[in-house]
Amino acid sequence: MPLLKSNAFVADDYISVPDDEPLPVGGKFIVSFARLQRDWDEIACDPAVIGVRVANTEHAEGAMDYLSKVDLIVLSFPAFSDGRSYSMARALRLDGYRGELRAEGNILPDQLQLMRQVGFDSFVVSDRFPLQVWQAAGQQMSLAYQRGLFRKANETEVWSSRHHGFEPWEEQPHAG
Amino acid sequence: MYRYDEFDAKFVNERTAQFRDQAERRLRGELTEDEFRPLRLMNGLYLQLHAYMLRVAIPYGTLSANQMRVLALIAEKWDKGYGHFTTRQNIQYNWIKLEDTADILQALADVEMHAIQTSGNCIRNVTTDHWAGAAADELDDPRPVGELIRQWSSLHPEFSYLPRKFKIAITGAPHDRAAVKVHDIGLRLHKNAAGQIGWEVMVGGGQGRTPLIAVTVRDFLPQNELIAYLEAIMRVYNLYGRRDNKYKARIKILVHEIGAAKFKSEVEAEYAKHPAQQTQVEEAELARIAKYFAAPKFEKLSRFSPAFEEARRADGEFSRWARNNLAPHRVDGYTIVNISLKPEGGIPGDATAEQMRVMADLAEAYSADELRVSHAQNIVLAHVKLEDAYALWQKLKAADLAAANYGLAGDIIACPGLDYCALATARSIPVAQAISRKFADVKKQEEYGPLKINISGCINACGHHHVGHIGILGLDKKGEEYYQITLGGSSSENASIGTILGPGFAAQEVPDAIETILNTYMKLRERGEEFLVTYRRVGPKPFKEALYATA
Repeated sequence: MPLLKSNAFVADDYISVPDDEPLPVGGKFIVSFARLQRDWDEIACDPAVIGVRVANTEHAEGAMDYLSKVDLIVLSFPAFSDGRSYSMARALRLDGYRGELRAEGNILPDQLQLMRQVGFDSFVVSDRFPLQVWQAAGQQMSLAYQRGLFRKANETEVWSSRHHGFEPWEEQPHAG
Repeated sequence: MYRYDEFDAKFVNERTAQFRDQAERRLRGELTEDEFRPLRLMNGLYLQLHAYMLRVAIPYGTLSANQMRVLALIAEKWDKGYGHFTTRQNIQYNWIKLEDTADILQALADVEMHAIQTSGNCIRNVTTDHWAGAAADELDDPRPVGELIRQWSSLHPEFSYLPRKFKIAITGAPHDRAAVKVHDIGLRLHKNAAGQIGWEVMVGGGQGRTPLIAVTVRDFLPQNELIAYLEAIMRVYNLYGRRDNKYKARIKILVHEIGAAKFKSEVEAEYAKHPAQQTQVEEAELARIAKYFAAPKFEKLSRFSPAFEEARRADGEFSRWARNNLAPHRVDGYTIVNISLKPEGGIPGDATAEQMRVMADLAEAYSADELRVSHAQNIVLAHVKLEDAYALWQKLKAADLAAANYGLAGDIIACPGLDYCALATARSIPVAQAISRKFADVKKQEEYGPLKINISGCINACGHHHVGHIGILGLDKKGEEYYQITLGGSSSENASIGTILGPGFAAQEVPDAIETILNTYMKLRERGEEFLVTYRRVGPKPFKEALYATA
């Protein structure tokens, strides 16, 4: 499954560690949110770079307590129609999370732009579609009415653009 | 009414191009039907029993004469010459080809229309009072807020994959003609003790297999906080709404299962967590939109129109229509014209392309170039001079649009039912037609007084049978259609869910059963008492006895 980041397929240098396997020392690895909470004392001392995988039935904002150590939050889409992680992503960004936010699971190209707009910036995607399809899908619409989204530099926030003197709420083009 | 600026136009054009690409990928086989399904649904395209059905959004039910003409053109060019106005103030075409859909959407985009989010698990077309801006009892026109919500909800990245569909209705008047208490979110404009205008926010109403009346989560929300507050409600629903069973996925189930108090505290906690930021933008945008809804330039007229009174005296047929189909306008000398799309024996809500053009011409000539679709599947011309009413009526009559049964027994609300719909368990249209024929005599209908008969062809309740004064639900028992009757429903400010009377009836027995109910009411009513009032006073018992006496 390719990892899409900044409009390119890149190597994923994180490895996922199952809950019943010992933690590596150093490197970059992803643990479950339950494991992060359970083994926090050990993880806090580990020189590794840590990612955390939060299920869409868990309270993602709890991960904010561990940000001293967490560089990546992974949210999942068990089915493409299961939209909980859109709200979890947006809430994390509204809470101020600025690290990497990764989407994995059942993701369709036509959903990519919505995911980016709520704050995802990397995507584990299906190899069924070539890179060009993903690249095109990520920018199908050049404008959005909603404020406070993560936009590309060439995307218009309609309401702020209509009313001069108001800065877009959260103007930050980013990696995704 | 609202006009697109460069941003709105670009948005809808890009969306149309996006759908064209999606449809082409589907036709080439690059998308599976499962993958294409949510994409086409978010553009209003359903696969029904016989063909694709396209549902076009008519935001808050308002459209211009020109837009109505394009709806007529679509009916002629890509369908079978007619369209069906729905209980959500939209129009549906029942015989659409997938290959044509992008062209239809482009024709709509060219007149500032679309089919965005008329289906799918997202925020649907916002509905409102069909007399908005004209009604005598209105506090303020709710349509600017309707447009604000339309824009905010369009392709909302966070709320496009909700547990289930989501319907918002708004009213600016104390008398609720928008059924706000049976919507996922209902908004009612009112004044607080300090004289400020704000919203009562109601959540968790709905029909379907679990009919529920909405609960109030905020008595008074200032105008400028509306969008931020809606986001908080939507986020709580998106995170905690059930996804394990589509019949329990609407927000009403969440509100019901965790309780109104708990739901309210979740919403308030979410709202407090991310306080509204820079609401000046929403305020500025609402003010910009509101200018488009400035009232037409009304002439200074007398409350009394000699020409109108003379026509009423001279023409009994016109007089009857005027009595039933006109409603008080807030400006002297003007009236609200309700065009009934329920001719005797007709299909409720259907109009031919030719009829659409006639109504468009009349709107242009007599009613500020604007039409409304009502949730009762009728068309409203909201700003007509009393002195023009007779000329207008003659033209309606020539186009078979002068049914004088507005708000009476013949003004039946019905879903498409098993004649078109893939979900239906029974037919609705033939039952509506049979009842309409049974009560063809408008004089008789007038004796029965104001009445709402609603028919749904399955438990999903698209015909809103739960809130009909008389509700009829079509079901299937071992391959036989039968119809359950409920009494006492209402979608007004005193909303209530109807009570099932007893065993169901065969299709051909339904009109007689309705007659028995109405005759029972006539015997029981006190002077001037409407059906619903009598029913609420006496309860179901006498009706049960009359209906099942011979059994």
